[in-house]
Amino acid sequence: MVARLKQIACGLIDWIDARFPMTKWWNEHLAQYYAPKNFNFWYFFGSLALLVLVNQILTGIFLTMNYKPSEADAFASVEYIMRDVSWGWLVRYMHSVGASLFFVVIYLHMFRGLIYGSYKNPRELLWLFGMVIYLLLMAEAFMGYLLPWGQMSFWGAQVIINLFGAIPFGIGDALTIWIRGDFAVGDPTLNRFFALHVAAIPLLLVALVFFHIIALHEVGSNNPDGIEIKKNKGPDGIPLDGIPFHPYYTVKDIFGTGMFLILFALIVFFAPEMTGKFLEPDNFVAADAMVTPEHIAPLWYFAPFYAILRAVPDKLMGVMAMGGAIGVMFLLPWLDRSKVRSIRYRGPLTKIAVTLFVISFLVLGALGTMPAGDVETLIARVCSVIYFGFFLLMPIYTSIENTLPEPDRVTMK
Amino acid sequence: MSKAIRTLLLSMIAPALVLVSGGVSASGASVDVHVDIDLGNQAALQRGARTFVNYCVSCHSAKYMRYSRMAADIGLNEELVEANMVFTGRKVTDHMLVAFDPEDAKRWLGQAPPDLTLVARSRGPDWIYAYLTSFHRDADRPWGVNNPIQPGTTMPAVLSGLQGEQEMDADGHLHSVSEGKLSEAEFNDLVKDLVSFLVYVGEPAKLVRGSLGVKVILFLMVFTLLAYLMKREYWKDVH
Repeated sequence: MVARLKQIACGLIDWIDARFPMTKWWNEHLAQYYAPKNFNFWYFFGSLALLVLVNQILTGIFLTMNYKPSEADAFASVEYIMRDVSWGWLVRYMHSVGASLFFVVIYLHMFRGLIYGSYKNPRELLWLFGMVIYLLLMAEAFMGYLLPWGQMSFWGAQVIINLFGAIPFGIGDALTIWIRGDFAVGDPTLNRFFALHVAAIPLLLVALVFFHIIALHEVGSNNPDGIEIKKNKGPDGIPLDGIPFHPYYTVKDIFGTGMFLILFALIVFFAPEMTGKFLEPDNFVAADAMVTPEHIAPLWYFAPFYAILRAVPDKLMGVMAMGGAIGVMFLLPWLDRSKVRSIRYRGPLTKIAVTLFVISFLVLGALGTMPAGDVETLIARVCSVIYFGFFLLMPIYTSIENTLPEPDRVTMK
Repeated sequence: MSKAIRTLLLSMIAPALVLVSGGVSASGASVDVHVDIDLGNQAALQRGARTFVNYCVSCHSAKYMRYSRMAADIGLNEELVEANMVFTGRKVTDHMLVAFDPEDAKRWLGQAPPDLTLVARSRGPDWIYAYLTSFHRDADRPWGVNNPIQPGTTMPAVLSGLQGEQEMDADGHLHSVSEGKLSEAEFNDLVKDLVSFLVYVGEPAKLVRGSLGVKVILFLMVFTLLAYLMKREYWKDVH
């Protein structure tokens, strides 16, 4: 009986493989994709980003079934989801908490790439795909945040869209009207943001994530030692320090998924507003064009860039600084002149620079959510200089410092 | 491996801590009272509901909240609610709407009384408690009362029959000048129950999400432990 079932199963697989590269893909990307065996905890965040993406798409589909993208109904339909739709509150919190955790995971994932030099030759394109994903994610989050149509949704969108008005030669004002579809944020803006949020950007995101993974599997994964495992191959042509992604990293990532879901559930069930950081108190008041909130702040994941914007006295220069803060990250593969990838084998200059960069990024993030006084503005300016200095001085400090010798084989620290 | 777990935990908790610590207080304007809300106290929610329909709903709506949902959630019988708590000529399955036209309210009060469904989420329970206990005499205001929590408020002191009247001295302290039907302690309890009810109205799911969350997290802990044991088994031969 068992033998017969096995025969049928194998027959079915052969039938499919003759028509579709199922087994071939399974092997190329999982069972015979050799990843370095020394991944540490920083390497959980790639698969976790994929998990959160799936969470956002699935919960988003169910929210779309009951949400109404119109000025008159949007706010009420969210409350309808929270009250009258079965499990609606859970789906909504999974989506809103998922959005914030998406950025937590992506920032940690990017930081991993930064400290282990994962963007360096031959992984420049992999980094660029990742940066485009990050840009799309910011657009996705910004447009999604308008949909609940609360006061922060409305005024946040108003402020951010008005930034485009800083562009001179009469282009700016025309551009803001074109983006909004109206002279102020209103029904047409909500409608188009809904269309972009649920269809256009998710499609692009999924496509880019696909390219990101294909590019990764083409060049192979970097690792905490930053050395190429393909340099040491066994007689069978398999890297000596490589292990098949499946089952080794699939089982490891299931464990990481469990840890992540515990944190996720703690927030969803016990602190979905995250003390006003994930869902702001003012956003429980319906959008009102006649009442401006006292303090308009972006959500935490945009806060570092908002702090840079406010640190510059001139509006146009501020907008350029904010754009530049994101744009400069694209150049990372070409700014880094170090002979080694991993921070483990770099000199003290890079280690100091990375530490200062992380501190300035966190401080800018905290400042971006607060009202800006004189002291705050001064600190934001210092941190902005450190932020840009980290990138723009990189060609110098990475090339003049002495690096440590890299090991031949990966180390299991 | 235990080091990896510890680092993984830290790396996930650290950003959360940064999020909690940075920025301004979440619950709107800062007030110096703190009211402990216990949504498990069903009797308090029922008393709060009674105060709400007797004193608030004549002017303020809770337009996303249905009477029937409230009845089911806080342990009341629908027929009794329809007979005793729905004063506005509506059905028990209706939302808690006000009886009069918002345009009239605007004419009478200067602005339409705000909807209260989500007031506990936008202002916070402490703010509501402070606001409702801080009305004082002010001859310059149309209703003869003002409120330090929301200076220039257009709301009359609808609870003054229960609380009695207060005056504010030059230092900004409130003190009682006439007695109401309730003692100070009784009145404060009544307001606290009302605030508890508003916290419930702001998020009915709050009654269930905690207990569901405990079950989900217990499941996830077992799942993660098994996943860890499986990982360790598979990784035995990797050195």
